[in-house]
Amino acid sequence: MIGRRAVLGGLAVPLLAALPAGGAGAAEGARLRFDDLYVGDGILGMEFSPRTKELAGRRVTMRGYMAPPLKAEASFFVLTRNPVDLCPFCNSDADWPVDIVVVYPGREAEFVRNSVPIDVSGTLQVGPYRDPASGFHSRLRLTDAAFRALN
Amino acid sequence: MTAKTLRHLLTAACAAAALSTGLSAGGAAAQTVYPIDRADLLVGQKFDLKVEFAGVVDPAKAKVTIDGKDHAAVLGKAATFIEKEEGVNASALLLRDVALNMPGRHTVTATDGSSTATVTWTVYATGPRKAKNVVILIGDGLSVGHRTAARIMSKGIKEGKYFGKLAIDDMPHMALLGTSGVDSIVTDSANSAHAYTTGHKSSVNALGVYADRTRNSLDDPKVEIISEIVKRKLNMAVGIVSDAELQDATPASMAAHTRRRADKAEIAEMLYALKPEVLMGGGSAYFLPQSVAGSKRKDEKNLVEMFKADGYKVATTAADMTAAARDPKTTRLFGVYHPSNMDGHLDRAILKPDYARKYPNQPDLPEMAKAALDVLSRNPNGFVLMIEAGLIDKYSHPLDWERAVYDTIMLDKTTEVVKEFASRRGDTLVIVTPDHTHAISVVGTVDDNAKGEEMREKVGVYEKAGYPNYVDADRDGYPDSPDVSKRLYVTIGDYPDHYETWRPKMEGTFVPAVKDKDGNYVANEAYKSVPGAVFVAGNLPREASDGVHAADDALLTAMGPGSEQIHGFMENVDVFKVMANALGLGARSPRKQP
Repeated sequence: MIGRRAVLGGLAVPLLAALPAGGAGAAEGARLRFDDLYVGDGILGMEFSPRTKELAGRRVTMRGYMAPPLKAEASFFVLTRNPVDLCPFCNSDADWPVDIVVVYPGREAEFVRNSVPIDVSGTLQVGPYRDPASGFHSRLRLTDAAFRALN
Repeated sequence: MTAKTLRHLLTAACAAAALSTGLSAGGAAAQTVYPIDRADLLVGQKFDLKVEFAGVVDPAKAKVTIDGKDHAAVLGKAATFIEKEEGVNASALLLRDVALNMPGRHTVTATDGSSTATVTWTVYATGPRKAKNVVILIGDGLSVGHRTAARIMSKGIKEGKYFGKLAIDDMPHMALLGTSGVDSIVTDSANSAHAYTTGHKSSVNALGVYADRTRNSLDDPKVEIISEIVKRKLNMAVGIVSDAELQDATPASMAAHTRRRADKAEIAEMLYALKPEVLMGGGSAYFLPQSVAGSKRKDEKNLVEMFKADGYKVATTAADMTAAARDPKTTRLFGVYHPSNMDGHLDRAILKPDYARKYPNQPDLPEMAKAALDVLSRNPNGFVLMIEAGLIDKYSHPLDWERAVYDTIMLDKTTEVVKEFASRRGDTLVIVTPDHTHAISVVGTVDDNAKGEEMREKVGVYEKAGYPNYVDADRDGYPDSPDVSKRLYVTIGDYPDHYETWRPKMEGTFVPAVKDKDGNYVANEAYKSVPGAVFVAGNLPREASDGVHAADDALLTAMGPGSEQIHGFMENVDVFKVMANALGLGARSPRKQP
């Protein structure tokens, strides 16, 4: 049975920001999974995992979902473990999942439908940061990033 | 149309209606008065009086009288005149924290010198205290369809007769509730829970306040909450238990005063300020300082440490909770078991998808109820306990009715725990109620083995429906799996674009629609390739991500001292009156014990 995290077939989603040469699913740098980001159960807080700390400042590739459209002027998008069906700036931004990763694409990004998983490669930045333009708070970022839809 | 515009139109419409029926009304409704017309106030219940004038007025001419007397003489202090409210080019009068002690109808008149508005409030007293304790169980969004499905799936049915009743079925008093609010026939869980905890109708997203016209969500005119009243008057204990985030609307209604239920960080602080003896649920993210990963606060307040410093036992697992509750010295318990909403029964106990496996030590709502009752019973002055099964609603919105029904069964098992406590003692009013409803109905069965290529041909209605074949081999009251060959066919009447799969979503909660680049919700393609899935065009505006609440009446059941007042059709605000009466909160000399 196909669930919410299923990979989809047959969707006409354009390749958006080209990844370096390689076959489908080619990755740049180490693969970092959402499950690897933190240690701790999260109830009374989480800590960055040793792997996250080790990869800080290096190129990594993560697989996730692009959250629904941000404000047009936003220079970033949010990568989530699962598709989210909420509108980031309509709800309180506190409604985000706790393990989001903010992605700053190296060039202008087009929206990928939220049910389509994407691979994002970028330089991993670790630690609190407030986006100067939007005030959006993040703990993990992928900068100078490129991404592709998996379809 | 904005909510504010709508409210003003409604105010005008109500005034027109009142005039046409000859009931009341002064001149043009130029002023808005809070509390609103036809508000009922418990004797001594604190409230903020606010008059919003239509424009900037001369303070010398702005007057508010109660029964023809200057308001300051009646309320003991004078309202503050605000020449121009922030962001509003108009004046207001504001008087916080007052109360009326004279039962009866009171006429409040507000004038700016040229136009006058008149509202009527009814202040009511109560008889002597009849109940030591009150437990109100709220099935968020619980509708008759959930209840019927839960009875079929939990108790079984053959030849038209059930093999047993639900605990919520078997209570002596029952009423239909109207759940509409000040601004709309259809309301949300904030406003509807606020009606129970304050006895006042308010607006969508409002908690413990009337929704005024200023932008600030924390300055709206307040009304006192039952938990504040019982602590202030009777030194009773208060418990708040939910499987949703504790800052979510229903649990927040026990402590919060805000126009905006999304003020979750502030609501966490309001929960702390109330100092409930028991506070248990999800939503740890709002209790942690922002420097801790997983926090959703925007400051460095560490409410977990603040609770600890106040002598609370802190539990993060079912085992912690049980151990703390068992210790006779525990009189304050703060249990937080998930960063956001806890997981529902189907995910936590049966299907165990990855997101539920992440938090394997969450307690079940019946266990939380038991622990809460153990701790609260240690207060000699009695207690008021709210227990919410919050996920019935959270699963009904995305049309995931199976998960909603498993949690309806869980609410019923929680009710069993509370009924056992109340039956043993005889001094506890127990109310089980929805806060609002969904448009959910049981209309037949789906039989995988029925003839037909398309899934809709396998839907059985009338005599072709027969009975489903759920199995409960371990006899725990929950079907071992929702995914049987002949299962209930349950419909939810309002929805976004989605794919109907005709079967339970075993891999995780249903996400019917996702947002596209234009901001519209479109069917989630993840379900397109499920065998037999068909596209269903939505019947809601495209901005709707999920199903919505219904204005259909809610079905309340009750037992214990004070429950005899429950019958027929009642407004949701009457539930507050029933609790206030049972506890004698408006008695001439409130007794600490029944």
